[in-house]
Amino acid sequence: MTKFEYAPAPESRSIVDIKSSYGLYIGGEFVDGKGGSFKSISPSTEEVLAEVTEATADDVDLAVKAARQAYDKVWSKLPGSERAKYLYRIARIMAERSREFAVLESLDNGKPIKESRDVDLPLVSQWFFYYAGWADKLGHAGLGPDPKALGVAGQVIPWNFPIMMLAWKIAPALAAGNTVVLKPAETTPLTALLFAEVCQQAELPPGVVNIITGAGATGQALVEHPDVDKVAFTGSTAVGKAIARSVAGTSKKVTLELGGKAANIVFDDAPLDQAVEGIVGGIFFNQGHVCCAGSRLLVQESVYDEVIDKLKQRMSTLRLGDPLDKNTDIGAINSAEQLARIKELSDVGDAEGAERWSAPCEIPDSGFWFAPTIFTGVTQAHRIAREEIFGPVLSILTFRTPAEAVEKANNTPYGLSAGVWTEKGSRILSMANQLRAGVVWANTFNKFDPASPFGGYKESGYGREGGRHGLAAYLQGASA
Amino acid sequence: MTGATASLRKTLGGLPGVDQVGLEARAAGLGTRSIKTTAKAWAIDLAISMVDLTTLEGADTPGKVRALANKAMRPDPTDPSCPSAAAVCVYPDMVKIAKDTLGDSGLNVASVATAFPSGRAALDIKLADTRDAVEAGADEIDMVIDRGAFLTGNYELVFDEIVATKEACARPDGTHAHLKVIFETGELQTYDNVRKASWLAMMAGADFIKTSTGKVQPAATLPVTLVMLEAVRDFRAETGRQVGVKPAGGIKTSKDAIKYLVMVNEIVGEDWLDPDWFRFGASSLLNDLLLQRQKIATGHYSGPDYVTLD
Repeated sequence: MTKFEYAPAPESRSIVDIKSSYGLYIGGEFVDGKGGSFKSISPSTEEVLAEVTEATADDVDLAVKAARQAYDKVWSKLPGSERAKYLYRIARIMAERSREFAVLESLDNGKPIKESRDVDLPLVSQWFFYYAGWADKLGHAGLGPDPKALGVAGQVIPWNFPIMMLAWKIAPALAAGNTVVLKPAETTPLTALLFAEVCQQAELPPGVVNIITGAGATGQALVEHPDVDKVAFTGSTAVGKAIARSVAGTSKKVTLELGGKAANIVFDDAPLDQAVEGIVGGIFFNQGHVCCAGSRLLVQESVYDEVIDKLKQRMSTLRLGDPLDKNTDIGAINSAEQLARIKELSDVGDAEGAERWSAPCEIPDSGFWFAPTIFTGVTQAHRIAREEIFGPVLSILTFRTPAEAVEKANNTPYGLSAGVWTEKGSRILSMANQLRAGVVWANTFNKFDPASPFGGYKESGYGREGGRHGLAAYLQGASA
Repeated sequence: MTGATASLRKTLGGLPGVDQVGLEARAAGLGTRSIKTTAKAWAIDLAISMVDLTTLEGADTPGKVRALANKAMRPDPTDPSCPSAAAVCVYPDMVKIAKDTLGDSGLNVASVATAFPSGRAALDIKLADTRDAVEAGADEIDMVIDRGAFLTGNYELVFDEIVATKEACARPDGTHAHLKVIFETGELQTYDNVRKASWLAMMAGADFIKTSTGKVQPAATLPVTLVMLEAVRDFRAETGRQVGVKPAGGIKTSKDAIKYLVMVNEIVGEDWLDPDWFRFGASSLLNDLLLQRQKIATGHYSGPDYVTLD
């Protein structure tokens, strides 16, 4: 029993009205699919939240046709300033209904309400506002005087940031003048389906945005559909490779945002207390279900003991539990399948001789949970230093010199992000020049901004999302 | 530069830097904790028991100080279950009045000293000021550091003044008044300076470190207090000696006070969740705590006429 026991402070779920079943959102309305259905559950309780339609290839075809028709007849004919009006309207509605979306996101995904409320949803409306501003200024994006849209975009998004990834995909696509068919992940479809209602509320012309639900087969049917001009995918490197193979030889443009094994590098002259916050935020934010997570900590040996002590102390204050409780720091693992993967790779860490330490958290009886965990004594020769775990598991390595830090940080098939912690400005610049990662954060981690391009090197994917670069991915003639 | 100054500079210069953006984000993050129902009731009572009820005005009179001391003993005269404040904080010439009024209530008298609030006087005057307060019965001395000396890098002077003031806190019976060292963080300005001042004061023997006099804006803030909490945590880990923390000035609402207590809880832990180790230097805060306390007890807000004005 601790002295200062925080009483439960749950966010009310009455703000969101979850339907017992959902159809597919095609051509501006919800329609029944031709296939079966599947259940979306809350990973924190395993409660069934809703029945969701499994879209068949025929359903995908209908959605693509609706998008094509909307593109040909309406959207491609609208001036940018008119498209902008719809995007601004969506941005405002998302801000107004953010609490509702945050609660639904935490229920369906398992992430803590403080993250969905304070990070995901604010970024969603920021993304729409930002790209709304571009819609009538495409001629000033450095891509020629009058860049043209691609047509129909097929977009497949992951389960870790469902509504945020939707915004990252839909906002630039629509601003650039494309129409979209988007498939959310099978474990987290509900906020995308609620977003379909927002499209209706904003009176977006039917077919400009279509939301279809389903698993891998549905996604495959979408990306392989011959009338899709652009494929945008965020998810695992394995699926990304399969998509790259399937679209090879077609005229489809592709952007892939895939896995990562980011190095978070702490030098001995770092602001240590803030660095520890950055380590914690880097790997335990969103239960580590973050492609750019700082999952490999590289600590300079001269401050190693101090950093580990402070890190363990800090991790001991993390609060794991009910995602809807406003004081929860660590929510549920998104699915049983992902939990099994995290457990399997952690067991490999044990077997390979790394030393495991987990924060002392009480694990709830139902749902999928994994306590925040660090492995010390990890080297480049450990699998947990090379493979993406995609969970709250940090592998800790050491280095002696900046050159060694760079060498180890870059020695990975991935290259999505990296972090550098030092009070020395010149060192930050020198490290940023040498690190082969799409994003290098200095004295911070996991910070996102719609104006800043985001994307990877090597097996972390290609193309950029966000900023002017993210616009280029949805326009003709521009290299994505 | 003397050898002692060089050595102090080296020690303080070796402290890890503070990243302003990260620190402020952490403080803001802790500020989003939602403290409700039983936790809120507990925190409000604890906060009341940590208040150093303060009057530091040129217009202070014996009557004003007596009123304040009574308020500190019985913050809510209608409710005997309401805890008393920790101490009454006054100027040295009011110590005796406060002491006599508080009697054997167990509440402490804290006195500012050392040419408060600016500290711009000769050392012997500052020490005489301190001795006066201790002789008049002060249980705690709230001294100010020489910010001018600190900002010119003369850490040795600041250090020596703290040591000398601590000696002046000694009583004939061998005990000594508890020494709180005020940094006036609004004048030190950077978080790096606050961290350095914290270590300097603790190494010189401070029993408590305190943010502000209340006469300079900004006074206490959550990030400044967070830096000081990290310092006392790290200092205890290194030396085994626990030092208290007192944010003072600008903390006006129960909501603010609870944010501070959350920060204490999560940064240094429950060892500091005690009036012996954490204080609020405040005046108007107490009535807001009492209003919230009544709200929890009765389910509705009363109003300013249901708390006493002193």
